[in-house]
Amino acid sequence: MRGDAVFPAVTFLAALAIIALMLLIVYQMTIVALPSLERFGAGFLTGTTWDAVTEEFGALPAIFGTIVTSLLALLIAVPLSIGAAIFLTELAPSPVGNVVSFLVELLAAIPSVVYGIWGLFVLVPLVRDPLQRVLGDYLGFLPLFQGPRFGVGVLSAGIILAIMILPLVTATTRDIIRMVPSTQKEAMLALGATKWETIWRAVLPYGRSGIVGAIILGLGRALGETMAVTMVIGNAFKISPSLFAPGQTMASQIASEFAEATSDLYISALIEIGLVLLGISLLVNIMARLLVWRATRGVGGRLKT
Amino acid sequence: MSTYATRKATNWIMLGLCGLCAITATVALIAILSYTIAKGAPAINLQFLTSLPQPVGETGGGISNAILGTLLLVGLACVIGIPVGLLAGIYLSEFGGHRFGSVVRFTADVLFGVPSIVIGMFVYALVVIRMGSFSALSGGIALAFIMMPIIARTAEESLRLVPTTIREAGLALGIPLWRTILSIVLPGALTGVVTGIMLGMARVAGETAPLLFTAFGNRLGFQGLDNPVAALPLQIYRYAISPYSDWQSQAWGAALVLIALVLITSVVVRILTRKRR
Amino acid sequence: MIKSSPLPTGVTVPVRDEERKVSNGGVQEGLVSIGLNAWYGRLLAIRNINIHFEPKHVTAIIGPSGCGKSTLIRCFNRLHETVPGARVSGQVLLDGKDIYSPGTDPVQLRRRIGMVFQRPNPFPTMSIFDNVATGIKLNGGMKGSRLAEIVERSLRHAALWDEVKDKLRNTGTDLSGGQQQRLCIARALAVEPEVLLMDEPCSALDPIATMKIEDLIRSLRETYMIVIVTHNMQQAARVSDFTGFMLAAEDRAGELIEFGPTPQMFTNPKDKRTEDYITGRFG
Repeated sequence: MRGDAVFPAVTFLAALAIIALMLLIVYQMTIVALPSLERFGAGFLTGTTWDAVTEEFGALPAIFGTIVTSLLALLIAVPLSIGAAIFLTELAPSPVGNVVSFLVELLAAIPSVVYGIWGLFVLVPLVRDPLQRVLGDYLGFLPLFQGPRFGVGVLSAGIILAIMILPLVTATTRDIIRMVPSTQKEAMLALGATKWETIWRAVLPYGRSGIVGAIILGLGRALGETMAVTMVIGNAFKISPSLFAPGQTMASQIASEFAEATSDLYISALIEIGLVLLGISLLVNIMARLLVWRATRGVGGRLKT
Repeated sequence: MSTYATRKATNWIMLGLCGLCAITATVALIAILSYTIAKGAPAINLQFLTSLPQPVGETGGGISNAILGTLLLVGLACVIGIPVGLLAGIYLSEFGGHRFGSVVRFTADVLFGVPSIVIGMFVYALVVIRMGSFSALSGGIALAFIMMPIIARTAEESLRLVPTTIREAGLALGIPLWRTILSIVLPGALTGVVTGIMLGMARVAGETAPLLFTAFGNRLGFQGLDNPVAALPLQIYRYAISPYSDWQSQAWGAALVLIALVLITSVVVRILTRKRR
Repeated sequence: MIKSSPLPTGVTVPVRDEERKVSNGGVQEGLVSIGLNAWYGRLLAIRNINIHFEPKHVTAIIGPSGCGKSTLIRCFNRLHETVPGARVSGQVLLDGKDIYSPGTDPVQLRRRIGMVFQRPNPFPTMSIFDNVATGIKLNGGMKGSRLAEIVERSLRHAALWDEVKDKLRNTGTDLSGGQQQRLCIARALAVEPEVLLMDEPCSALDPIATMKIEDLIRSLRETYMIVIVTHNMQQAARVSDFTGFMLAAEDRAGELIEFGPTPQMFTNPKDKRTEDYITGRFG
């Protein structure tokens, strides 16, 4: 009977390892970021200089770029995802729905670096012309759409991020909508509502906290997405009001500079950026998981890959 | 009746827009796939798949180092990640019904959402700095950390689908609990467990960011676990952002190879899970 | 107990009843189904239902679970067809007009035929007020005091006004189960339907709440045509004027076995199977 004492203990250790790993990540990153933490303090978050020669490091432009690209991605992806999820659950005959669902799941399986190369060689030229030309010509009076039209920049990064989070948000929203009890839909239909009114007034409100969770899950993915963004954002360390301008996100800055970082303080500063990114994404993910868990409780929380 | 006409029109317009959204998502996939095939296919031939990269400046050469490197890294990740992930999954499904179980479950989900570049930096700080150099081993460890939560959660879910009566049947025969779980319950959930492992493999095979400062990349072949090693995604990244058109077309070729690996795995997984249901 | 009549049994009995009713007056007023069949995919759920509901009367449909009684009333507001794979054949006439004719819009039909469901299903994200107002708001245009008036009237009709008048802004899910069900009735009444379909409205409620709903049904009879599906025979006997008894045939398709005035159905059923069911000797 010794196995019955040992085996649960071994599995318990493995489970413990997952929690330990999470804690170790936070601990280890903090240790290495300490020199930078001590040197710059809270000023690191608000500093706008990033100079490896004078060893003056501030993360604000990267934080700014991360927020702008992620919000832009949400702005594009959220309506598309919710629309597609509604189509998949409420409109498509089930063979069509299955095929589209399958394709959307494949979209989720494409590696980030492939999005990157496609973004660099296909999307960026299209963004330069016609997108930036049209936006610049007609909406150029807005600071958002001013400046030289390189193609690479915040706009391209936002669009590629939108394509990348689309499958995650669509699949999660689809699962949330499926959990809405049919009696809710039928109650609205029975009042003489059209199909759209039923979706808009009964289905979406019922699933709203889960859908918000799905959106935040997408935000979490967008915040930490690295390769595709690094390849199309232009990697310029400045804060610009224009979406045409090249920029930087926390992840892209780490990816593009880490290998060249020579001094310990430089590495430490980059790792501190990673720490900030970790903190934000933990916060966002915890929030999203809680919302999605609550909305789909009882059917298991399948990981979306 | 005009309000009703408006309502009907709104209905059709909005439902039409939803269809359009689904079409857009599908078009995005087809655009990416077809372009990668169109640009990648011409670059692929036997020599491309089997030879090492040429020195900088010379044309030709292949990606055999990257293909082998990716296989090695994914293999390392499996060796480290599968046992831990699987055992944690068994804990969650068989013993973890209480509060600690939900903490682990939640942590696994959150860990899954940690940006992979952060995992890369973490392994850099944990392993690379201590070992004093970039290495295949550190790359494998980074990928294993990304795999673990995926395997743990999918294993848990498929084990839960095995009916309790099967466990009771095993115990009633006088088989100890641990043997019941390993030799009766686990085989019953094998399809699901394998699916989770394959999903994890497909995911990490395409990861670039965590390898940037762990496996690092290497233009030569395998040189030991304690030395840098190449990987397909790394090579795609370096070649794609290079100014040489020869390298760029090799990047497309490598992207096609990577996409084929990952998508074939995903499709197989899809077929496996469909049979199960 | 009363002995059953020795008449031959079978589906022809209700059909004959129906023919008599129609031929007697030639009246098509009310809700009439003729040769109604409904399927879920390949499974026939109800077969050849011929039934007539009269305005300002309560008709109860009774029968064991799985006999298709819920499916039947879901055909009357065309809700059955919203289930994937479900379809209907035959005719349903509302005041002489076929609701399954190509010219009939199910959305507009459902404003004339309201429905109350098995479990209370108020919209959880809406206030009590908005739950009642939502059907009216669909058509737009109505606001302020006029809307408040209708909401109040509907809540009064549903005998809920006094209990909720001070908390109209609370969410409907804060109410007790019985109150929620009356809220759902108020919601259905607010759009002023002609017919109210009730699908086992008390099955999820406690006895006191059930009694309130039954009182309510009796008071609503003066204004509406009510069809209530119930597995509770006492309830059918207490609230209805007519009763139909349904039973699943061997192929699981529900059939209407007998239809008649409620007192007659419960004291002197014509069909042996009806008698077996109401005396509890079923199965």
